[in-house]
Amino acid sequence: MTLVGILELARFQFAMTTIFHFFFVPMSIGLAVVVAVMETMYVIKKDETYKKMAQFWGKIFLLSFAVGVVTGIIQEFQFGMNWSRYSRYVGDIFGAPLAVEALVAFFAESTFIGLWSFTWDRMKPAVHVLFIWIVAIASCVSALWILAANSFMQNPVGYAINNHMGRAELTDFGALLTNKQLWVQFPHVIVGTLVAGGFIVAGMAAFKLLKLKPGDPQIILFRKSINIALVVGLIGVGGAVITGDKHAFDLQTMQPMKYAAMEGVDETIDSSKRSDKAQPWSLISVTNPQTHKVIAKIEIPYVLSILGNHSLTGGKTVGTTELQKEFVAKYGEPKDGVANYYVPENTLFYAFRVMAMGAGLLGLIAVVALWFNRKKSNLILTQRWFLWILGVMTFFPFVVNTAGWLVTELGRYPWVVYGLMTIADAVSPNVSTASLLISNIVYFLTFSTLGGLMIWLSRRVLHAGPDVQEEEILSPQDPYEHLQAQKESEK
Amino acid sequence: MSLLQILWFILIAILWAGFFFLEGFDFGVGMQFFGLAKDDHDREALYQSIGPNWDANEVWLITAGGAMFAAFPYWYASLFSGFYLMLLVVLLALIYRGSAFEFREHMPTIQGTRLWERLIVLSSFIAPFFLGMIFTAMASGMPIDAHGDLTAGFFDYVTPFTLVGGIAVTLMSYIHGLNFTRLKIEGKITTRATAQLKLLYPVLLAGEVLFAILLFFYTDFIQTKPLLTVILLAILVVMTLLGWYSTYHNGKTFPFLLSGFGLVVVVVLLFTGLFPRLMVAHNPAHSLLIATSSSTPYTLRVMTYVVATALPLTLGYQIWSFYVFRKRIVSHKVIE
Ligand code: HDD
Ligand code: HEM
Ligand code: HEM
Repeated sequence: MTLVGILELARFQFAMTTIFHFFFVPMSIGLAVVVAVMETMYVIKKDETYKKMAQFWGKIFLLSFAVGVVTGIIQEFQFGMNWSRYSRYVGDIFGAPLAVEALVAFFAESTFIGLWSFTWDRMKPAVHVLFIWIVAIASCVSALWILAANSFMQNPVGYAINNHMGRAELTDFGALLTNKQLWVQFPHVIVGTLVAGGFIVAGMAAFKLLKLKPGDPQIILFRKSINIALVVGLIGVGGAVITGDKHAFDLQTMQPMKYAAMEGVDETIDSSKRSDKAQPWSLISVTNPQTHKVIAKIEIPYVLSILGNHSLTGGKTVGTTELQKEFVAKYGEPKDGVANYYVPENTLFYAFRVMAMGAGLLGLIAVVALWFNRKKSNLILTQRWFLWILGVMTFFPFVVNTAGWLVTELGRYPWVVYGLMTIADAVSPNVSTASLLISNIVYFLTFSTLGGLMIWLSRRVLHAGPDVQEEEILSPQDPYEHLQAQKESEK
Repeated sequence: MSLLQILWFILIAILWAGFFFLEGFDFGVGMQFFGLAKDDHDREALYQSIGPNWDANEVWLITAGGAMFAAFPYWYASLFSGFYLMLLVVLLALIYRGSAFEFREHMPTIQGTRLWERLIVLSSFIAPFFLGMIFTAMASGMPIDAHGDLTAGFFDYVTPFTLVGGIAVTLMSYIHGLNFTRLKIEGKITTRATAQLKLLYPVLLAGEVLFAILLFFYTDFIQTKPLLTVILLAILVVMTLLGWYSTYHNGKTFPFLLSGFGLVVVVVLLFTGLFPRLMVAHNPAHSLLIATSSSTPYTLRVMTYVVATALPLTLGYQIWSFYVFRKRIVSHKVIE
């Protein structure tokens, strides 16, 4: 029975550490892309404003990267620390992508970020900008490998069970990399990072514009930042909708329980048996967590057919009740007799709506902001209420990304590897409750400190602003000039 | 035991060796932020000397961990769950250390900056100390059951041997850091580094002798591989003597290489002693073996291809990065 305590603590810890890590992952990947775009504009246009811009947002990027790195180390260690039986069972498959990630991505990221942040005045701009692009690309490569690992857990492929060793073994490395799940998940996560980078920069810039006095030379820099950031952000939102729709579509066959819970479907909806020949979609739905029955809902006709069947009518959504029966028949009664194949319906339902509607909201705000901020207009400065809204959006990508992961991870309950291993079987048996309690507490305190400091220091960096001098902003000058001058003085 | 298994055992040893060689000096530099550095110019010079590289150095650790997971999942699972609290301390040290490097320069007050710099010192001591303890404990044998699960008590982790092991690794890192400072920085600080080295080398020598004696009592290394173990210990002592000698002459690169390879020799000592095991159990039947704890030949082969392609490239740009930052840093001039 003590295992229950261990299990819950280990789960809590995993959720806490990955969610915290994943605050900074999209933030730093997204910021790397935005900063890289800014620096590229500098190289192309040779306008110092863009350099200042890249350097300024680069500071925020470096802060987020640092916290991303230090929280990432926990991720790598905790599979062994808390999930040792899991590590033994799938290590043959799961370890490889993690090792490859470190070797091909982390080395590149960390080396080139060092080069980037320490050589502003030493490298030619055209070379220097390559460093940040390498960092951005390597970050995406690292996401690819970690998601290859996660996709295997969501949709195991390329393996065989070895009963003698009592583990799953890799039979086809290529299959891991061509996993269907990976190629919806990876693009979706990447566009999610663009959303994060875009709206964090735009939001912070909006806060800054609220503070700046009219005529301040910094205004140009921050207005341009908003434009660049929101173009990136808007690409992200568009991509998220397209890939997210594909994601949800695939789930119907890959993880039907997750899909049913996301859409609040307890009793199977078969459109061919309905008078309108279409599936209605729930805008609001409340499920009783004990009986797993929907007790209240507001439905909109046709919409689920459009989303799930990509046509106005038709399609079928198998409900959670039927799936539970099906899974018991297929996988047997769960070992501890308490758990079942139901997932936390309400959390999935609302987390999914936060994500999808979040995409809509962010898209709308981006379009309005770009309109207000166009060259010939000053609306962005006069409509202060809008700057406030845009400012608050700084925090929204974190919410949306976390909501997405809650859907993904909670929706595969009770499996840690779908259909192969349950969460309860995965936990380390030899780690004491006391150890787990201690680690949970120190992680919690550490994360609160780091998170608080992150917000506080980012605000300070924003408050201090870029070190702009008026003439630099107003008259674009040759960036190589100053480099030349420096070389001269070195001689 | 197949060739691939042995290859991966060696590769993991190389990764750990690389980690201790590289992060060893930046741990050591971290430890000097107050003892050796006398003012903000010194501290800034110390930071500049490792600033561009410490993160990449740390990735050696992450890669070593990942490689253990991928190549020997049973080892990874037993080790990481078995040394839970000690690893937690290492993790916390690395977390605060990494944050400190970034946060210190953003603090609004000098006290704030100092606080983070103190944390750099503290965490730079803690991380190598606990890593040293973990490795020595791993060599001396732990209570491991038939499933490979390690359930040990306080006095399995903390013995005279593990304490000496921890201190030895810390001291070696500190010395390595001093040699790095002499190599990279110009200013009064290097004179102080040399003075400290003259005092510390004899201490290290004494420690090495003590370590060798304890190694005899706490592990079976000397019993099972007398020749190899004694040779390695002798190399270690000779390298220390040479390092000590060189502090009285003006060499810079040579002592740095010596202290770095000293750490490498310690890793080699551990891995050769472990061979053909991965973890030593009190009950020899439960020791984890290279032969039975690895991934499948298929996985190992795939991983080998990846390493063969990626490692040369990785080493290439890391070396290039050190080359880019080859210039000495002059304390007192770094802050304009
Ligand atoms: C800002 C980021 C962001 C935005 C705007 C969206 N998503 Fe998302 N979503 C994520 C960020 C994200 C994520 C955090 O990155 C997840 C978690 C796992 C994954 O693959 O991506 C995710 C997961 C995720 C899943 C679960 C996948 C699984 O369980 O395997 C689905 C079905 C969707 N998304 C669908 C959508 C739809 C239909 C969206 C818009 C209409 C949408 N997402 C917008
Ligand atoms: C390769 C990537 C990942 C792996 C291997 C992984 C693995 C796991 C494991 C082992 C658990 C514990 C079992 C469980 O409780 O469900 C879990 C749960 C969870 N993970 Fe992930 N995860 C990954 C990525 C992420 C990311 C990036 C996030 C989000 C930010 C995340 C969020 C969660 C959450 C919220 C839970 C739920 C914990 C709970 O059940 O209470 N995961 N994941
Ligand atoms: C979807 C989930 C994840 C993604 C996309 C992701 C991606 C990244 C990225 C891009 C970084 C670089 C630092 C940064 O940008 O903040 C990073 C850091 C790190 N991540 Fe994650 N990560 C995820 C989850 C995990 C998990 C589950 C692990 C555990 C194996 C992990 C291990 C690490 C490590 C060890 C670092 C530090 C790397 C360094 O020192 O440079 N990450 N991660």
